Parts: sequence; C-alpha cells; structure tokens
Amino acid sequence: MKLQETGVLRAAWVDPSAVFRGLTGFVDKTLVIAELEVRKLSHDATELVTRAVQPALWLLVFGQVFTRIRAIPTGNVRYIDYMAPGILAQSVLFVSIFYGIAIIWERDLGIVHKFLASPTPRAALVLGKALSAGVRSFSQAIIIYLLALLLGVKINWSPLALLGVLVVIVFGSAIFSTFSLIIACLVRTRERFMGIGQVMTMPLFFASNAIYPISLMPGWLQVISRFNPLTYEVDALRAMMLAGGTSAYGIGWDMVVLALVMGLLVWIGTRLYPRVAY
Amino acid sequence: MQALETLELTRRFGRLTAVDSLTLAIEPGETFGLLGPNGAGKTTTIKMLTTLLPPTSGDAIVAGFNLRRHPGQIRRAIGYVPQLLSADGTLTGYENLEIMGKLYDIPRRELRRRVEEALDFMGLRDSADKMVREYSGGMIRRLEVAQSMLHRPQILFLDEPTTGLDPVARRSVWRLIRQLRDEYGTTILLTTHLMEEADQLCSRVAIMHHSRVVAIGVPAELKASLGTSGATLDDVFIHYTGDQIETGGSYRETSRNRRVARRLG
Repeated sequence: MKLQETGVLRAAWVDPSAVFRGLTGFVDKTLVIAELEVRKLSHDATELVTRAVQPALWLLVFGQVFTRIRAIPTGNVRYIDYMAPGILAQSVLFVSIFYGIAIIWERDLGIVHKFLASPTPRAALVLGKALSAGVRSFSQAIIIYLLALLLGVKINWSPLALLGVLVVIVFGSAIFSTFSLIIACLVRTRERFMGIGQVMTMPLFFASNAIYPISLMPGWLQVISRFNPLTYEVDALRAMMLAGGTSAYGIGWDMVVLALVMGLLVWIGTRLYPRVAY
Repeated sequence: MQALETLELTRRFGRLTAVDSLTLAIEPGETFGLLGPNGAGKTTTIKMLTTLLPPTSGDAIVAGFNLRRHPGQIRRAIGYVPQLLSADGTLTGYENLEIMGKLYDIPRRELRRRVEEALDFMGLRDSADKMVREYSGGMIRRLEVAQSMLHRPQILFLDEPTTGLDPVARRSVWRLIRQLRDEYGTTILLTTHLMEEADQLCSRVAIMHHSRVVAIGVPAELKASLGTSGATLDDVFIHYTGDQIETGGSYRETSRNRRVARRLG
C-alpha cells in the first residue's frame, strides 16, 4: 500500500511573480515577528531603563577617569570620544547576547512549537528576532548619544552618518542575538545558557578595539581581535559617530564583514531553530 | 478522501522508539481521540503530524499533502494547539490573535473581522485588551484555540487541551470543541489521558500503549467488546494498557506539567 497525495499544490518556483510573492511574503513575515517583539517591549519598557545603567557607568566612571589619566594613547582624539562608540557597541552586545534565554523560555512553553507549525519561513522567524534585538539596541543608542553629548563628545550629526550608525547597530544586534540563539539551540537549558553567556561576553568585549586600540594588544590577541565581529562594528561606529572620525579598515569593508557574518549566523540559526521543538 | 492518513509512521530517539508503526486514517469532520498513559507516544505523534518532528520511517498524508515532501502546504492547512502554554502572556489577547493572523496571511481587513468574530465566539470580548498573563487558565486555552482557528484550518490538532484546567474550565473547552466541529466542520485530532473527555467528545478513539496503537474504534463498540455490562471507557483503557495507569512521567516531565498546570490554573 502506498499513500496518495490529493492536495492541490501551490506553484512556488514556476513563474517569476510567484517568486516575487514568496520574497515579499518573507520580508512581511520577518517584520511581523519583529513587530511582535517590539509590542512586548512597548508593554513593559522598564527593561530599557535598567539596561542603560551599565553603559552609563562605563562612560561616566571608567571613561572620565581614563580620560583624565591619559593612560591609553588614542592619538589626537580624547579618550572619552574614543571610547563612546566602543560603549555603544558594548551595550548592543550586552542587549543581544542574552537573547537566547527568551528562546529557551519559549521552548519550555509551547510558543516555539506554535510558530514552527505555522507557515512562517524558518529564516523569517530567526531574522525577525534578530531585527527586534536591533530595536532594543536602538533605544540604548539614544541614551548613549545623550550621555556622550553631556560629556562633550564631538558627535557627527549629519543624517547620513546617523543612518549609518543605525545600520551598524542593526547588524551588530542581529549578529550577537543570532549567535545567542544558536547557543540556546545547542545547550537547551537556562542554567547552562546563563553560564556560557557570562563566559562569552567579556572575551568578546576585551578582544576588540572597543576601549583600547588593537595596536596595544599582544600579538596573539591582535590576531583574535581581527576575527571578532565586534571589532568591525566598533570601527564603523567610530568612523560615523564621531565628528572627524576615521576608520581603520574602511567603512565599506566593515559593512561587508558584518553583513557576511550576519548572513552566515542566520543561516546556521535557521538550520538549528526547528530542532528546538523536538 | 481521508483528512489524515498514516502508514507505518515511526519515530525513534536513539534506541528508544517513541512511536512504532502507527497506521490510521481519519475521516473529514471526525473528532478523533488519541488516548494513552503518559509517555505512550501521543505528543510525538502530534509533533510528527504537525511537521515539527521528522519521522524516522513511514509516511503520512495530512490534509491531502505528503508529510515529507510538502510540509509547507500542510502548515497552511492545519491548526495546532500545543500541550504547553502557547499564548504570549506579555501581549493582550487581541494582539495574540492579530499576530497569528498575520503569520497565516489573512488579509488585513478580513483579519480584523475574524479577530472580532473569534473574540465573540470564545467569549473573550471583554478581555480582549487585557494582558494574557491576567487571564484564567480556561480563558488562555480558549484564546489559544481561537489563534489556531483564525485561518480556518481543515484539521485542528489539540494536544491535551484540558490538562491542568479545573472542571468548569474543562467543560467550557469541551463545549468549544463541539461548537467548532458543528459550526466549521473542522476535523479534530486531540490527545488526552482523561477517558471522560474522550467519551464526551470523540467519534472514534485509538488507545496507544508503549508506542503502539493497541485498540481503535468507536467508544461504544470498544466498551461493548469487553463483554461486561456497564463497562466504561476507563475499563477499556485498563483492559488494553494493563493496570499501569501510573506509568511514564519522568521528574523533568512532572515538573514541567505541574508548572504549566500552575500557570494555566
């Protein structure tokens, strides 16, 4: 005995208009998932405020002290100016890196199962969550810009530069939140995830150019930092956030690296995410 | 044409066989019950049929589509309410419905109409703008069923729809399931370990035990087949599964179920 299919298939890859519909459908679904996360945030925004404490401490305490003692050679840029984009990147990292905990939470309930049984493309589920991390980070960026303004950091206010910063923030949050999602898919329990999250965050932060130039690092760390996407994020932010800011690797190259890393991570995440429901 | 048909559907996890050669057919419009003690393979079966878990071997046709070849088409044609809590507590009831409707490609204007209709149907109109974490267990279940019905699925999968609910809420969910069957003609496949529930709702049931279907049929016929007068579905269940109702359920599973029960309660 063999089972016979009787349903009428919808053609998906035959005519170009169907491909176009598929593509707009994908974008549409991604935005719905992002909207979902943003709505949750809008119901309870206290998290955004508490999250702002840490970058504020870094800028106000660490930044001011190190600016005064001039311990870190940053050329003709004041240290506080040098570090502001680094702290922006750091808070994007911190907001995003614990994103996976929500995945584990949703798996312990049945939310993941319900989404995976819906016709939403897997990649749209992963990318939508990544985008929503970008929205969270964006709210952090506003706070950091205000603090920077307060501390007299020379900010580049040109609309193009601001837009560029926004794009880099979205890339950065998408990268680290999807990385976090991948870890969550692999470790599966909250306890293990928290442990690993703690262990990963600081090395990512310190093995980058966020608060000191790479040229100060020992050789082995310099090599590692070149493989750290945070380095490229900071480099692009430093070039676009500061008035007269310069990039070490070129903004174009930074963007290419960030886009490729994001693409790769979303691809891996898309492969792993459905297994969460097993 | 059958609404759902499986052929030797099997799922293994390592050396454990969770579902062993499941073969069954469900007619359109039926309310079919999958019964069995904890760990019998009910949830694994549902996960396979809802495309969440690829089968190890065997085959199935769901709503006319092959499970292996066209899972995407199946997802459009089915609705699914997981055993665990699946409505989002940090959103309002209205938002929960709206988001689901968008994911199922219901046109925006039509969506508003269907959400309103669903709220009325489920008796949630007055709580539509309240956060779901303030809902009672029965309300959450009704909302979840509403979410899964927005796109008018041909087949609805309900995994233990009344676990953790008090008797009043349970009866309201039963009434709802009958209404769905009568008003929309939806084919329903539900799992339960409550024999009363199966007796009340199901036109046919299959009893699973140790990963296999050990009995299948109309409740009345199954009862009659025991040959004792006044046999209940409980007796049928015990007859086929031995007196091991206390089987299954690891520490992890128990802790999870209790947690859900508390949230839904």
